[in-house]
Amino acid sequence: MLYARLIASRLFKAVIVLFMIIILNFFLIQLAPGDPAAILAGEAGATDEAFLRQLRERFGLDQPLYVQLWRYVSGVATLDFGYSYRQQMPVLDLILARLPATLLLTGTAFVLSLVLGIVAGSLAAARVKKPSGSLIMALALLFYATPLFWVALMSVVVFSVYLDWLPAYGLYTVGAGHTGLALVLDVGKHLILPATTLALFFMAIYTRMTRASMLEASQQDFVKTARAKGLKNSVIQRRHILRNALLPIITLAGLQAGQMVGGAILTETVFAWPGIGRLMFEALQQRDYNLLLGIFFFSAALVIVFNIITDLVYRLADPRIKEGS
Amino acid sequence: MSDPVLSIRGLTLALPKGADRRYAVEDVSYDVHGSEILCVVGESGSGKSMAANAVMGLLPKGVRATAGEILFDGQDLLRLDEKQHRKLRGLRIGMIFQEPMTALNPLMRVGAQIGEVFEAHNRLTPAERQSRALELLIEVGLPQPEKAIRAYPFELSGGQRQRVMIAMALALEPELLIADEPTTALDVTTQAQILELIADLQRRHGMAMMFITHDFGVVAEIATRVCVMREGRIVELGAARDVLERPQHDYTRALIEAIPGNHIPESRYLDPPAPLLEVSHLHKVFRSRGGLFKSSREVHALDDVSFILAPGETLGVVGESGSGKSTLGRCVVRLERPDSGTLALSGIDLSSLKGEALRRERRRVQMIFQDPYASLNPRTRVGMAIAQGPIANGVPRDKALKQADQLLELVGLGGVADRFPHEFSGGQRQRIGIARALALDPELIVADEAVSALDVSIQAQILELLEDLKHRLSLSLLFITHDLRVAAQICDRILVMQHGRIVEQGSAREVFLNPQAAYTRELLAAIPGREPSLASA
Amino acid sequence: MNFLARFAQNRGALIGLIILMSIILMAILAPLIFPESPWRMVQRPFLPPLEQEGFLLGTDTMGRNVASGLMHGAWVSLLIGLVSTTVALAIGVPLGAIAGYYGGLIDDALMRFTEFFQTIPNFALAIVLVAIMQPSVTSIVLAIALVSWPPVARLVRAEFMSLRHREYVEAARLVGQGDLTIILRQILPNTLSPIIVLASLMVATAILLESALSFLGLGDPNVMSWGYMIGAARTVIRQAWWLSFFPGVAILLTVLSLNLVGEGLDDALNPKLARERQ
Repeated sequence: MLYARLIASRLFKAVIVLFMIIILNFFLIQLAPGDPAAILAGEAGATDEAFLRQLRERFGLDQPLYVQLWRYVSGVATLDFGYSYRQQMPVLDLILARLPATLLLTGTAFVLSLVLGIVAGSLAAARVKKPSGSLIMALALLFYATPLFWVALMSVVVFSVYLDWLPAYGLYTVGAGHTGLALVLDVGKHLILPATTLALFFMAIYTRMTRASMLEASQQDFVKTARAKGLKNSVIQRRHILRNALLPIITLAGLQAGQMVGGAILTETVFAWPGIGRLMFEALQQRDYNLLLGIFFFSAALVIVFNIITDLVYRLADPRIKEGS
Repeated sequence: MSDPVLSIRGLTLALPKGADRRYAVEDVSYDVHGSEILCVVGESGSGKSMAANAVMGLLPKGVRATAGEILFDGQDLLRLDEKQHRKLRGLRIGMIFQEPMTALNPLMRVGAQIGEVFEAHNRLTPAERQSRALELLIEVGLPQPEKAIRAYPFELSGGQRQRVMIAMALALEPELLIADEPTTALDVTTQAQILELIADLQRRHGMAMMFITHDFGVVAEIATRVCVMREGRIVELGAARDVLERPQHDYTRALIEAIPGNHIPESRYLDPPAPLLEVSHLHKVFRSRGGLFKSSREVHALDDVSFILAPGETLGVVGESGSGKSTLGRCVVRLERPDSGTLALSGIDLSSLKGEALRRERRRVQMIFQDPYASLNPRTRVGMAIAQGPIANGVPRDKALKQADQLLELVGLGGVADRFPHEFSGGQRQRIGIARALALDPELIVADEAVSALDVSIQAQILELLEDLKHRLSLSLLFITHDLRVAAQICDRILVMQHGRIVEQGSAREVFLNPQAAYTRELLAAIPGREPSLASA
Repeated sequence: MNFLARFAQNRGALIGLIILMSIILMAILAPLIFPESPWRMVQRPFLPPLEQEGFLLGTDTMGRNVASGLMHGAWVSLLIGLVSTTVALAIGVPLGAIAGYYGGLIDDALMRFTEFFQTIPNFALAIVLVAIMQPSVTSIVLAIALVSWPPVARLVRAEFMSLRHREYVEAARLVGQGDLTIILRQILPNTLSPIIVLASLMVATAILLESALSFLGLGDPNVMSWGYMIGAARTVIRQAWWLSFFPGVAILLTVLSLNLVGEGLDDALNPKLARERQ
């Protein structure tokens, strides 16, 4: 019951945010220099005046602004994101075809970075002032400061070109005709480099956050209570410090979702991973603004879904906010 | 007397470099015997908790023992390694801490936290641990123990959490129990209940107990023997009766005398010609804002409060936390806006003023705040902090600064106007706060727990200063405090508040010696160590 | 102990400061050492590093001097990092201050607005903004500022919320100081240290964002930047790894040094926290 109400309230918020994004999208089109019709056409038939007129009519571009806005909003509300004249396909179909690959990549990278980050962070917190703890933090800082696309490129040079261990491009080996388990293994092999490079940056963030959060939690009074009970240090670290330190990390993980989508754009571009990030790069190169805005809307929606999930997880983890206050 | 359970011999603990003194405690020796309560008393910075931390092996980082020994059951605790020490903690030496609100893990159920004590020492099966936890909760008098065992700490009050802490410390029936200011964070009535519980359990289990406190009232209530500490050294050590009634050392004597409430001055209050402040039917409700999917909650902080304050009078407002006393003070200075009712100061109603009109009238009521560390802007020189008020009210800068110098002189801090707040002690900051409140020449000053954050000796000095200023400047004071003893000492009349209502008002003498309301009687009875002090009054 | 001594105690911060100074020096000296445009073709393409005098880092696909591009790129990175952070502060500080000081409905409205911007994936928004406004230094600075102000607003709001009921602030209100005076004189000076620390980290993030945008081909076509150099060399990575390698190291060092300096500032400005962290 409580969760139903909570989810309802979150969904309500989500709808408002999505609505605002639609409006933002609309005004972005207006903002663009040049003829909106040409933009919608993806500058495909910029020379064909008849085609542009037809577009203007179809999108009501000759109508007052509020009518255009209404048409645009009601279009998106019925999942009509328009047509990509460059790719000769509806925007929605293009995005839906590419979505699973992105979910696979970001999901893997998310789990990988969170698990490794929390482990590395707690190790670093338990070894403050020791060389091993400092080493972990130095590595975390290094990964944090390294441009993601550059790590991706360098890992291609090292692991694909030089060592020839892993494939550098694509989702699976084209033309190999793998099925079943062989296909899963093939995709897994292709996933290693993109997922790892995407995860490194976020792992660095979670490591730093976990360590800071654990050091803060270890200053709390209840840790002294636990020591006064005669508990072993390892039990105190795990049961008292880590558990309390994890709460802020859940919140942070939710906030990182947007960054993860941004990182996916770069990673997919380098590794030719057929997800919506790569699609966005293609749209950029072809100046296919309609597709670009559609992807933008979808990536925001993804982030919102993810935020709702982390919010629910947080509520499960913290007994203090059961009453929704 | 039997052999001591704990024997501290010549203990010296060194502080890390850069601390304000070299040793936390120096050459400290005392014993704790079975079936006795040794109270270690001292003001903040006296090092009273340090020896206890050393006993537990929980010294703060950087503090280490440089001399002496701590003998417990024939072994020197200072020589134990962490593993050996751990085996004593919880099993043979238990400890209770000051802050019940933060001393329990917020994410674990109460039962699991008690069960951990058995787990740490490999006692009992998990099921037995829970049934034993339940028995302990019953023993420490927690209401609804079956429910409490499944509760999270946030679902319990401060007093209830402290009972859980006691249950945990008792779980394995240790020979020595250390209590570090276990009632300081509690309201006075809760404090009385917890003290009674601790004393009772100590008697029944025949434990040796080390009780650390700053409050001589608490000492009088429970101590068998007393050890008075000052700046890391023992000043006086002896049987409780001897120390309390015939203190040998000047410092001890000063501390005991500084406890307010040993005499109640005759009221100077006469029926005034016209009241300075007339408060009638004041209401204030706090609502936690609900949202679209949440319901809101209401707390009646002020419920039909009416009283008058005469010119030159000191009116005390006494109550426990949540009684609405602070809200009353904040409404009078208009930091808070009352929902309804009037606040007439010399006939002008302040209750509904807003914006510019409020800003103009503000100077007439000023406030002295509780926390001397938060009440001064760390980046503003103290002279400027005092002068800001007059400057905001149109006094030229030079003149205001000169006036600030004089005010500092008046509160006993001449020639310091150019310094920053961090260069002053808590008591000095409170003097600066008083000077700031005086700068605008207000008709009424509200003092909100103005001495509660201070050590008892400093407290006495500040109360003396207030008393002195009151006579010299014929100030009118609204004095808000949780401490009836302080109120009795300085106030002409007293209001007692509970749940946002005034339950009793009258002259300080009447309220203190002949309380009418049941709640006032309860409050008075709860003051620790009251009997001996009244006997000498 | 004063600020400088505390800063110097952090060895990492000192190293960071030295690296940062060298990069600033690179940016200043670029037009002196390489007076010619970094876009000019000066040698045969694909000249590997250390092969010919005067071309320490080799040449790129079009025969342009990589070392020259690197030094001119330093200037662009630092400029965009600094200016976009300044713009983000100019948006975030007032918004956060107003929300935190007044609370209530104003706070609600401003925070919903901030949350909205935080929900939008910020790199995707930056891409869309630059693509639609057409790539230029101005559009890149604006896009980065627009996606990076929310953390500033949240930080300033949190600081204001915790300070607005601090007793010295209430005392100031009681003596009749106006809201603006209280915000500017009583509260803001006490929030400066966390803002300074955050700002130094934001410059680093802005530089990363700029390089990512240029990498995707959204850099200003008139200025040489590190991201562009990597992006342009991406397709020839198998033949000429060095073309991507050196600009990446430059970005890495700049971002790393800014982070180290930020941590040093944090230690120096919050001495109590620093001690606890050790």
